[in-house]
Amino acid sequence: MKKLQLAAAALATIALLVAPLFLKNYGIYLLSYWLVFIIATMGLNLTLGYAGQKSLGHAAFFGIGAYTVAILMKAGISFWLGLPAAALLCFVIGLMLGFPALRVQTIYLAFATLGFNTAAWLVMRNEEWLTGGTFGINNIARPELFGWSMGSNLAYYYFVLGMTVILALLLYGLLRSPWGKAFTALRDNPIRAESLGVDVRSYTLLSFAIGAVYAGLAGALFASLVEFIEPAPFTVASSIMMYLMVVVGGAGYFFGPVLGAAAGVILPEWLRFAQGWYLFVFGSAVVLLMIWLPDGLLSIPDRIRAKKLAKQASADRAAAAQAAAQAAMQKGVQA
Amino acid sequence: MTDFFQLFFSGLSTGAIYALAALGFTLLWQASGTINFAQGEFVMLPAFMMLAFLTAGFPLMPSFFLACLVSVFILGWAFKRGMVDPLFKYGMMPIVVATIGLSIAMKNGVRVAYSAEAHPFPSLFADKLYTIAGVTVSLSDIGTFVLALALVMVTQAFLAKTVTGRAMQAVAQNTESASVLGIDVPRMIFYTFAINAVLAVAAALLVTPTYLAKFDMGDSLGTKAFFAAIIGGFNNSRGALLGGLIVGVCENLAAAYISPAYKDAVALVIFMVVILFKPQGLLGMKEERKV
Repeated sequence: MKKLQLAAAALATIALLVAPLFLKNYGIYLLSYWLVFIIATMGLNLTLGYAGQKSLGHAAFFGIGAYTVAILMKAGISFWLGLPAAALLCFVIGLMLGFPALRVQTIYLAFATLGFNTAAWLVMRNEEWLTGGTFGINNIARPELFGWSMGSNLAYYYFVLGMTVILALLLYGLLRSPWGKAFTALRDNPIRAESLGVDVRSYTLLSFAIGAVYAGLAGALFASLVEFIEPAPFTVASSIMMYLMVVVGGAGYFFGPVLGAAAGVILPEWLRFAQGWYLFVFGSAVVLLMIWLPDGLLSIPDRIRAKKLAKQASADRAAAAQAAAQAAMQKGVQA
Repeated sequence: MTDFFQLFFSGLSTGAIYALAALGFTLLWQASGTINFAQGEFVMLPAFMMLAFLTAGFPLMPSFFLACLVSVFILGWAFKRGMVDPLFKYGMMPIVVATIGLSIAMKNGVRVAYSAEAHPFPSLFADKLYTIAGVTVSLSDIGTFVLALALVMVTQAFLAKTVTGRAMQAVAQNTESASVLGIDVPRMIFYTFAINAVLAVAAALLVTPTYLAKFDMGDSLGTKAFFAAIIGGFNNSRGALLGGLIVGVCENLAAAYISPAYKDAVALVIFMVVILFKPQGLLGMKEERKV
């Protein structure tokens, strides 16, 4: 199975490398948009899917990353300094947001993070001297890499793709390390994890901080991609959408965000002319998904496998029972 | 000082509406462990129902009662049977996610199927102002406050004084013992959903004249109701009233004296302070952590 997954990932990467050659400018832009949201939701998947912290404030970090890069670039500082600055800032704020998580859990935590998002959004909207208020910041330049401009959508797409692959590999490594096991232990049973010596406090804080870093980096890439930012993409509604993307794809499944971001960002953007209808269908689909597949789309193979195993087991049991009955009969005949 | 009282009184009327939405929210939570993220949309939809009945030629009050009937059916019975019952076994978060999906579907459904515009809505009260000792209050503020308060009180009296109400409370406190005592648990839970639906229609009746009927009118109302419910205490229905009034009044005062741009942060700050120092809410009881 692992081999199959790796092969699928390699195939997908090749497809993503070749795809833009067959696409028009807007298609390439959409693909980059998708990748940016994959990075952001990968971070949320760590916080929510693996560590089990119900965060509804992820879009705030996305916005903080975007504004950090935009403001620094407007001040004449290079994108390559802005990117780590965005990551660092999000790491620190993510750590701080983790503190309420130490006190409250589940729905209370969801509201605390939702509140944090509202506060961040209010600052973006109201502090015009810093963020440009509702007018936003425009003409954000695309960065240059070793003198090679990424002004075209195609060049920038390959840059974002490279970042996505690197960040995905880093996350994969993290999840396979003892840290990954500690995160899932935290999700499955925090009290047992604590009694087994997992430092619940540090790991809770870290799951927030690392998730926030992914959102911050995605935000930085987003600002440069769309070249114009305003507070609207960073509202509570966007956080809720990201949460839904993770859940729809499959929280705690590594490739969940890939599917989730496609359903939550690409389809509505592509079907922009019918956005209201799309969102209506999407919302209803989420309800149905929760009723039939509460673990998300990627749980389908697991479910089929579980069904197969159950069938196999019951067939085995039936065979064993028959064999036992036959043996008993033979014994009876012999006696 | 007169300014202060004026702001205080109009804050009370907004707060009373928050309290209505928050009360339904806590009732659902107590009876069935449902956190309803679509609570704001549960107010928005009846507003459009009443609007539809009004355009069909019914006067305001009959429209209200018709909307109550339809809401009890759709937002009470269908919501419970269709979503909460099948999801109950998975715990809290799947219901939360499903109600988020529901809220997106309801909002956009109204937007594309009815209209994306804001529609005016007739007020229950005449456009009158009273001046008492220099403080000017509008009739609609007083009326809204009194009506909302009365509704909250009636709901509480029903829960505390009638046999059905006490049975509902028993279900909320301990479902198993309640069913052992011969209480029809599913029926009591349905009553809670029905009460929530009626409270939502009442909130819609009171709030729509000022908010106007629009597909996204529930957004801020829903969030404020959550915050009010948690501030007051999630497991206490009197908490919803207290929380709603606190949020309404503080918001109004902060908008005038601190900064109108940060008005929406007020509920948030109070909420943060409350969950940091008293996570069970001002009037709430502490819940033990289970291993």
